[in-house]
Amino acid sequence: MRRYSAFAIAREAARFHTGWERAWRSPEPKKKYDVIIVGAGGHGLATAFYLGKNFGITNVAIIEKGWLGGGNTGRNTTIIRSNYLQDPSAAIYEKARSLYETMSQDLNYNVMFSPRGVMMLAQTQSEIRGYERTAHANALQGVTTEFIGPERVKELVPIINIDGPRYPVLGALWQARGGTGRHDAVAWGYARACSDMGMDIIQKTEVIGVRQEGGKVTGVDTTKGPIDCDKLGLVVAGNSGDLANMAGFRLPMESVALQALVSEPIKPCMDVVVMANTVHGYMSQSDKGEMVIGGGTDGFNNYTQRGSFHHVEETVRALVETFPIVSRLKMLRQWGGIVDVTGDRSPVIGKTPLGNCFINAGWGTGGFKAIPGGGWATAELIAKGEPGPLSAEFGMDRFIEGRFIDESVAAGVAH
Amino acid sequence: MLTLQCPYCGVDAEETELHAEGEAHLKRFGPGSSDDDFETYLFMRENPKGVHFERWRHSNGCGKFFHAARSTTTLEVFGTYSAQTYEPPQDIKDKITAKYPGWSWREFA
Repeated sequence: MRRYSAFAIAREAARFHTGWERAWRSPEPKKKYDVIIVGAGGHGLATAFYLGKNFGITNVAIIEKGWLGGGNTGRNTTIIRSNYLQDPSAAIYEKARSLYETMSQDLNYNVMFSPRGVMMLAQTQSEIRGYERTAHANALQGVTTEFIGPERVKELVPIINIDGPRYPVLGALWQARGGTGRHDAVAWGYARACSDMGMDIIQKTEVIGVRQEGGKVTGVDTTKGPIDCDKLGLVVAGNSGDLANMAGFRLPMESVALQALVSEPIKPCMDVVVMANTVHGYMSQSDKGEMVIGGGTDGFNNYTQRGSFHHVEETVRALVETFPIVSRLKMLRQWGGIVDVTGDRSPVIGKTPLGNCFINAGWGTGGFKAIPGGGWATAELIAKGEPGPLSAEFGMDRFIEGRFIDESVAAGVAH
Repeated sequence: MLTLQCPYCGVDAEETELHAEGEAHLKRFGPGSSDDDFETYLFMRENPKGVHFERWRHSNGCGKFFHAARSTTTLEVFGTYSAQTYEPPQDIKDKITAKYPGWSWREFA
């Protein structure tokens, strides 16, 4: 792999950009791999990357039915934060956030991590209490957040209307080290690094069956024929239920559509991420100037990657109230992604009822921010066969034991 | 926008008039049941890609709970039916079979 650098740009400029090489190979699948990861999204690619980097396992295939990073990784609103309430969540999301800080250097790929600060508005008395509690919990967990008053909110976000008629801004939970990243670049950077380690990224190949013998996984059937493996990782977000069905078990999650939209580009007007959970809207401004807006999930199971229109209306209505200047903005694009939501709004990283088959799923509406942490934990799980400290609490057995990691307040709507 | 006909009041209700209430025909387990049964009832879900049976509530209308048969991949609605039943009526199952021969959902087919 030829490194990207300022020197490389100068070199290629001098020879009319003829020397750039493909960022990753697109090989035909081999007969057998040590590990097969199903799903070349952020979490799948990160899992493969840390399998190679942390454990030296590089005989790995990542199988993707579409194109890499084309699912939720390319559809989210790119927010990165770790201000969760429960200890296990804080640990894995903070691990992810800290890995984002050095990701561009680690991958030699600019993921445009921008720690611009994430603000979650408190617009009711109960939200004030909730976020003050989260700020205290974060202090104990070593995650730097603070509860700020309305004056500081206005200072950080001059375009905000803090005296809204229905939902005045009473304060906010502020994580200065949160921010945004370039979602596609995260997938592309990991893919390039994985390919460089000799891993095979097999796109446009759908897994249509999970082969097993004596309660253990032996391989997968794909649209390009059977491929054997010793260990299998299912990292397919919204399609987890479908894959689990092929593997012969059920999951404690359901797939629903989550929507987002972006406006036409405008001049810089907001340099932080603002989330308003009471009115169900959140917004940040991309480097191109578009306002990136996140909406809500539908209440019903859906695999169509299209959501209901009334959520768009609700989200925009809420934002116009909170940010009056956006009222004349035209919306450029609107889209949906399929997210897999668990009962306690926390992910599942753990073993499955099928031997040597592992799962990373259930990130619901907030998987992007967790990509490096989730990949790190899943790689450890697959390499050792047992969960490590980061994923120990996230096994599926927590549902039978009643040991929930309840993040419905932190993760219920906005991401 | 998803439109379902309420089998009680007969109104063609659009989504904003309804509330989705999750998977249909769950067998409920209470105190004294096994851990497995309790977990299955509370948390484990079919989440199928295709034919699905759900509970809905006509919350901004007559208020009644009812069932719907729907495809999660096309959003096609096969029909709605009473909540006072343990299984989908035969005519709805036939309608699904006509379109998707060989379908199955839990113990129904």
